[in-house]
Amino acid sequence: MKQLMLGNEAVARGLYEAGCAFVSSYPGTPSTEITEAIAKYPEVYAEWAPNEKVAMESAFGASLAGRRSFCGMKHVGLNVAADPLFTIAYTGVNAGMVIGVADDAGMHSSQNEQDSRHYARSAKIPMLEPSDSAEALAMAKAAYELSEQFDTPVLLKMCTRVSHSQSVVETGVRTEALKEYVKDIPKYVMMPGNAKRRHPVVEARTRALVEFAETTELNRLEEGSDHTMGFITSSTSYQYIKEVYGDTYPVLKLGMIWPMPEKKLRDFAASVDTVVVVEELDSFIQAHCEHLGIACKGKDTFSCIDELSQNRVADAMGVTHDAGIALSEAIPPRPPVMCAGCPHRGLFYTLKKNKLTVLGDIGCYTLGAVAPLGAVDTVICMGASVSGIHGFSKSQQGKADNKTVAVIGDSTFMHSGITGLVNMAYNESNATVIIVDNSITGMTGHQQNPTTGFNLKGDPCAKIDLETLCRAVGIKRVRVVDPYNLAQCDEAIQEELAAQEPSVIISRRPCALLKYVKHKAPLAVDESKCVGCKACMKIGCPAISIVGGKAKVDATQCVGCGVCEQLCKLGALKEV
Amino acid sequence: MKTKNIMIVGVGGQGSLLASKLLGRLLLTRGYDIKVSEVHGMSQRGGSVVTYVRFGDKVYSPVIDKGEADYIVSFELLEAARWTEYLKPGGKIITNIQQINPMPVIIGAAQYPEALVEKMSAAGIDVDAFDALSLAEQAGSAKAVNIVLMGHLSKNFDFTREEWMQAIEQSVPAKFLELNKKAFTLGAEA
Repeated sequence: MKQLMLGNEAVARGLYEAGCAFVSSYPGTPSTEITEAIAKYPEVYAEWAPNEKVAMESAFGASLAGRRSFCGMKHVGLNVAADPLFTIAYTGVNAGMVIGVADDAGMHSSQNEQDSRHYARSAKIPMLEPSDSAEALAMAKAAYELSEQFDTPVLLKMCTRVSHSQSVVETGVRTEALKEYVKDIPKYVMMPGNAKRRHPVVEARTRALVEFAETTELNRLEEGSDHTMGFITSSTSYQYIKEVYGDTYPVLKLGMIWPMPEKKLRDFAASVDTVVVVEELDSFIQAHCEHLGIACKGKDTFSCIDELSQNRVADAMGVTHDAGIALSEAIPPRPPVMCAGCPHRGLFYTLKKNKLTVLGDIGCYTLGAVAPLGAVDTVICMGASVSGIHGFSKSQQGKADNKTVAVIGDSTFMHSGITGLVNMAYNESNATVIIVDNSITGMTGHQQNPTTGFNLKGDPCAKIDLETLCRAVGIKRVRVVDPYNLAQCDEAIQEELAAQEPSVIISRRPCALLKYVKHKAPLAVDESKCVGCKACMKIGCPAISIVGGKAKVDATQCVGCGVCEQLCKLGALKEV
Repeated sequence: MKTKNIMIVGVGGQGSLLASKLLGRLLLTRGYDIKVSEVHGMSQRGGSVVTYVRFGDKVYSPVIDKGEADYIVSFELLEAARWTEYLKPGGKIITNIQQINPMPVIIGAAQYPEALVEKMSAAGIDVDAFDALSLAEQAGSAKAVNIVLMGHLSKNFDFTREEWMQAIEQSVPAKFLELNKKAFTLGAEA
């Protein structure tokens, strides 16, 4: 049946049809919906793991046990899982194992623009790269065949525009795949003696995969009428070339991006006057072509920064296209903001008020860096706030002790904040970590995590108690505050910063967008009391603005959190 | 058929994903090749959001670029003005006249531009501006702005009312069906 499917849902469908029985992932835009979609198939066991490393190792365990398995993550998540990746590349698999990784060229929702294709080459495992939903479905299935045929984990590389575009797919039926577990110490125990014998196997596998790359239909030649130029490309870049040129020039579209064929590339190059490699981000296909001695255009023409589009391809190639009309009027930007009623707002207001240095982390609360709060000093990666504050406060030799905090979300803390906290306890930091516990993984669209008490399928499950966990690793000062209560936040922060030992403050209040959260009536401004002092504007709430010199509350947005009310000394903001 | 391009723009949280879902369902029944690109993640949080809907015999690129949109459907006035450059020559903007202040305006770092509809028209842009929010409230919920806008957009296509209604039935929960059908009708009549 023909259906319109998101690229990520199509991957999930492909996994399902291929008989995948075990999925473990950590959410991360733009990869999240693969795992959310696969969780809807009752035949598949699917879970959120605390981080990508755990997810990948769990998926390996399932493969070892004889079940086709999958783990999904965003590009930076693959960094976290890189450790098992490079060694599973040596052991190979039992049942097929596919690793989904989604890049974010253009950084729509990411902290860097890394190109995950390099992992395939470095770890010496094959990578498939679909260019739309139909290919995503087909390649998810092909990845399992490849995985079992060549005894290797297979990377399935998505990107924002493939993951988050819907296009037409034709679905099939599920085929169950099951293997027996057989103990095999030389293959699966990677101590030096065994690993030394596995490395040549890996190299031989790559050579065999190059042979496969020469003939597989995953790498497709599309003929053109004009051979003065020919394109080598993959993924969305293929779509942009076809959009600009149609069937004019021949195109070699690589569906298997690693390893690449050699003869096929050389033959293609010989068939056209000029070879143009079109790829987003780094020179990867181009670098390989040049390694083979194929002269080509590529990064001299197309930027390695940002995603491509049909106009960017056309502009780089000197092809004209229609232009629209831009207004001469300056249009103010509309950056993302913390939602009205966001529990993070009151906390970040308190941090700013106390003029603290804030080591931030990855999540909605990264928005604490945005004006007017501007309360975050650094954001690097998952967990870096906790590890970072340890180094920061140790190196400031006491000067930072009363002025510096780390802020990390509940899900991010479970992902990789715990080990940083262990380090703080073990090496005796004198710093304060604030866990902003909004009872959900917010940024990626409300996924459950080990602290919420529910699993991926929505069923009740074990709930990690953050207070107990922090105490167990050796933090004696652990307290909970309500971020809607500014005085309570202020008091807790000042007391914990004054204490001469590491401490944890849990700022706890569920995300205001969660369906079960009951909102209070919106506040309104008593215009007879409001003098337009703008004290309520300091929190950057999208529901409050100044109209005609007085504060005004947008009743459609306000959820009655009352944080602004605490800032108004004149009592002008009140429940209606 | 040459590829047609519809951009749906607005403020994160206004319901543009439902509008694109509805269009996707509608277009699929006619057997078109379709691509719909959405925005997820960080930019959804009250930021400027855009969804691209493309359909025709064969659609390649998942995105709509500058100078390509046949229609820009906007949930908010400033957002309509932000994306005008994406309209192709002869294209049309259909916009709700509702104004939502972005954070730079809220904190006084920028002004919300005045008379945007007039300025767009003066620049030679075909703008169809109307109060979709009031019609949505009249239908029973401010959240139905997306369906009011789809109703208004429907005047530009030859899909039958039955086809639209079928797509709405497939896209909204049963308990909100009547409300959304009413919202669609009010939008189509506006």
